[in-house]
Amino acid sequence: MSLELKNLYDDFRDGETIKAFAKIINEDSKKLKSPINIMEVCGGHTHTIMKYGIPQLLPKNIKFIHGPGCPVCIMPKERIDHAYVLSMHENVILVTLGDMIKVPGSNGSLQDARAKGADVRFVYSPLDCIKIAKENPNSKLIFFAIGFETTTPMTAALLDTVIKRDIKNIFFHINHVTVPEVMKELIDSRDVHVDSYNNKIDAFLGPSHVSVISGSKIYEEFPRDYNRPVVVAGFEPVDVMQAISMIVKQFIENRCELEVEYKRLVNYDGNIKAQDLINKYFEKADLFKWRGLGNIVNSGLKLKEVYKDYDAEIIYKDVLPLEEIEDHKLCICGDILRGMANPPECTIFGTACKPTTPIGSCMVSSEGSCAAYYKYGNLI
Amino acid sequence: MCLSIPSRVVKIDKDINMATVDTMGVQRDASLDLMVEDDIKIGDYVLLHIGFVMNKIDEEDALASIDTYKEIIELMNEEDRQKAILEDDEYPNRGA
Ligand code: SF4
Repeated sequence: MSLELKNLYDDFRDGETIKAFAKIINEDSKKLKSPINIMEVCGGHTHTIMKYGIPQLLPKNIKFIHGPGCPVCIMPKERIDHAYVLSMHENVILVTLGDMIKVPGSNGSLQDARAKGADVRFVYSPLDCIKIAKENPNSKLIFFAIGFETTTPMTAALLDTVIKRDIKNIFFHINHVTVPEVMKELIDSRDVHVDSYNNKIDAFLGPSHVSVISGSKIYEEFPRDYNRPVVVAGFEPVDVMQAISMIVKQFIENRCELEVEYKRLVNYDGNIKAQDLINKYFEKADLFKWRGLGNIVNSGLKLKEVYKDYDAEIIYKDVLPLEEIEDHKLCICGDILRGMANPPECTIFGTACKPTTPIGSCMVSSEGSCAAYYKYGNLI
Repeated sequence: MCLSIPSRVVKIDKDINMATVDTMGVQRDASLDLMVEDDIKIGDYVLLHIGFVMNKIDEEDALASIDTYKEIIELMNEEDRQKAILEDDEYPNRGA
């Protein structure tokens, strides 16, 4: 048989296969000495897990803890306020991706800025910036770049093109973050609270597309130094079920390893060309403040000093607000992003806070836990 | 926004380093800037993300997974059949 596109869509979503894995997992789970909690780091996995009702297929002693891997959800209000202020600046076109324009900052969202006359645009690809900049030669286009390792090389590729074509009116506000640092933070910070919450992270479901870029090598230290198995999984429900099965087998066979379920796209080294582009233009920032999680050392990226002429944070330093902003006091996004609470535990979940009127960022993006529970919650 | 889509390459324009890909009947353009030169060919399956080809899908590996899944289902069905027979044996008079 030769591969067809249809296979990639249908066979990895096949109901029979999902059921077969559920059966294997249920059998194997009887041999587990203690319950296991698996954190799916990535918001795309959260979405799959909720959409296909995977928690219902699992035995009681295997639970998911939803992780912080949703680029929109972890964006602190301070950064959204930066985007807001920049968009209000004269002659600026602010461009960003995804659901970013709906996330509330302290003055409102980028959507609100647009209603007040700011030129805010949402694009499908960073490369669309080139066309917009060309059509508006007298404006300054600021690309508000967000995302994990998955989207960082695309920002680097845009900057590469801007430099090569000597485009004078594209600038960058960088909000790229990295996965291993936040995984470490979650283990370190949680161990203190483990007993009280009784939901220690025992294993990780490794992100799909971060790993396509970075390779599985970035998780090596977790089985080795943190005693947490990692299985890199694809995004389809069959991928997720197979990866869970692989994790359970590790526990019953007393192994603690890094494995890849998503072999059709992930290898140990990852996409070297993409990594080279990232390393050419970016370096580690000392800190990045994550919404709900606070400052995490080395978890963010910034443009290298030599590219400061493209860095909107440096160019507009004088107008960007610096003060720290607290989240809404009823919003428990922080605990949710840490995997310590589930969305329905929030007192305003589904009432004051819903996708049409989000209070916290977890309700805004379709990859956010609150939004996923709101949409698919009847399955639980 | 992390969702990336499997697609098939139908055209390559070397001058601008772009590919035209087919995603279940929808055609769109994608940059090849993240791929090593000449690595992507027409007919390849690739993963598309925010306008870029992120990587090539390993066809053999995808097929091997699909084969494994079929075997697992077959094995399960076989087990179920065996179980049904065993259960039947326990009630020799059923249906009599
Ligand atoms: S339901 Fe809304 S307010 Fe509550 S934690 Fe989720 S995003 Fe925050």
